[in-house]
Amino acid sequence: MSKRIVGDVVLAVEEISLAFGGVKALTGISFDVREHEVRAIIGPNGAGKSSLLNCINGVYTPQHGRIRFRGKSFARMNPHRAAVMGIARTFQSLALFNGMSVLDNIMTGRNLRMRTNLLLQALRFGPAQKEELEHREFVEKIIDFLEIQAYRKTPVGRLPYGLQKRVDLARALAMEPLLLLLDEPMAGMNLEEKQDMCRFVLDVNDEFGTTIVLIEHDMGVVMDISDRVVVLDYGRKIGDGTPAEVRSNRDVIDAYLGTKH
Amino acid sequence: MGFFLETLISGLMVGMLYSLVALGFVLIFKASGVFNFAQGAMVLFAALAMARFAEWLPPLLGLQNKILSNAIAFVLAMLTMVVVAWLIERLALSRLVNQQGVTLLMATLGIAYFLDGFGQSLFGSDIYKLDVGLPKDPLFLLEGTFQGGILVNKEDLYAAAIAAVLVSMLALFFQKTATGRALRAVADDHQAAQSIGIPLNRIWVIVWSVAGFVALVAGIIWGSKLGVQFSLSLVALKALPVVILGGLTSVPGAIIGGLIIGVGEKLSEVYIGPALGGGIEIWFAYVLALAFLLVRPQGLFGEKIIDRV
Repeated sequence: MSKRIVGDVVLAVEEISLAFGGVKALTGISFDVREHEVRAIIGPNGAGKSSLLNCINGVYTPQHGRIRFRGKSFARMNPHRAAVMGIARTFQSLALFNGMSVLDNIMTGRNLRMRTNLLLQALRFGPAQKEELEHREFVEKIIDFLEIQAYRKTPVGRLPYGLQKRVDLARALAMEPLLLLLDEPMAGMNLEEKQDMCRFVLDVNDEFGTTIVLIEHDMGVVMDISDRVVVLDYGRKIGDGTPAEVRSNRDVIDAYLGTKH
Repeated sequence: MGFFLETLISGLMVGMLYSLVALGFVLIFKASGVFNFAQGAMVLFAALAMARFAEWLPPLLGLQNKILSNAIAFVLAMLTMVVVAWLIERLALSRLVNQQGVTLLMATLGIAYFLDGFGQSLFGSDIYKLDVGLPKDPLFLLEGTFQGGILVNKEDLYAAAIAAVLVSMLALFFQKTATGRALRAVADDHQAAQSIGIPLNRIWVIVWSVAGFVALVAGIIWGSKLGVQFSLSLVALKALPVVILGGLTSVPGAIIGGLIIGVGEKLSEVYIGPALGGGIEIWFAYVLALAFLLVRPQGLFGEKIIDRV
């Protein structure tokens, strides 16, 4: 059975403004994300999409505005706290641990859930052994899910780009996140890889009920897989609604196709 | 033949000590991607702390037992190194998250000079004797096979054993524990590590403390051989060719590298030295490392550098 019933608001971004020196990256952005929803953020290059994601996950601290996640309101997040609260993310330019195998990369995602102490881990003794096995089992499920069984032991740096993107997703999934932030998961992929990735995103949403916020350039993809779309342009929100609503929004069309002067 | 073996063994022993210092470099590089220029200063600082605590404690506490007072001094020196690690993280590293490797390298250069100076103003700048009870008497091996046997220093044997134990512990820690995995993750990518909830600050304090521990052990062994003095801080320079040879990311590499340098140094001095006018022990290691860089830039066991363009 699908767990996917769009529920209440889990994440609300309230009046966020972010500036780097004199450059305004985001100006008074507000939007919300409902439980189990696939929410897309689109916009031309430099519109502030990644900055917005970085604010949600605490890499940047906005000068104004607050972020509300599951009833708690924050003026500033930090990446560690975000992770503890159940926010996972993937990166636009890959940020994998290149020296480590695919398996180890994904296992790091379980780090927050490891409980036994160092000494026991080192000796592979008793509860530590059992815990490691449990985590391994979970990670194997994700590996099967994303169809990367064949690359378990391969150092991540040697994999082709499309597969690296998949490992990035796998690592985020290993955290069992409540909210998954995907920063251009399909950038630089060919058609086939894009289709695979779309399928994975939808499956994650469907099977685990994970709420997803994704940034994407490919309009076709966005319109196909997302429930609601936020459109940014020059750091301002110019549209918000279902794909159909956004597609017919005058401002959005102007931003993407240009206006007549 | 006996003489050759003796040279070989003394080379291996010295090499083991180089390895200990090199290990400090490798640890921090593996776990935070920082080339820690301050490792030598940490060795000096730790050894000074140990030597002075061992000197101050007995009159202060009225302790007669040498082993006990040494043990307490060791614990205190270790605590000092943990505090140093914590301060380094607080005051320098935590402000440099997500910065380039070069920036961090420069920071450790500053830390090195600070520790050198601060350690000496805190603990004094004389030469201090450090006696932790390592046996000093020589040992003669294989007296039946060679005339006069082979002279081996017992102290060196102990040092080698300690180093071996230390190394296997660290290798286990890095490869088999979740914390070790987290450390390797931080080395690869700060941002990604943070995003999956690895607490960067805590990891850095752990790594620098472990490096401090290694520095302390190296400092004690070197210090009890040569006396604790400023030149200990320069031992780190000998560890540079070792890490180049062994690879910056490999714990076993640091060991093998150290042994190669140690043995190469002694053998070349004895067998090639006379032809070149002697004294080649001082620069031999660097030339070896340089030649090695041309053939295998990642070192013997280093991770192969894969760069997508």
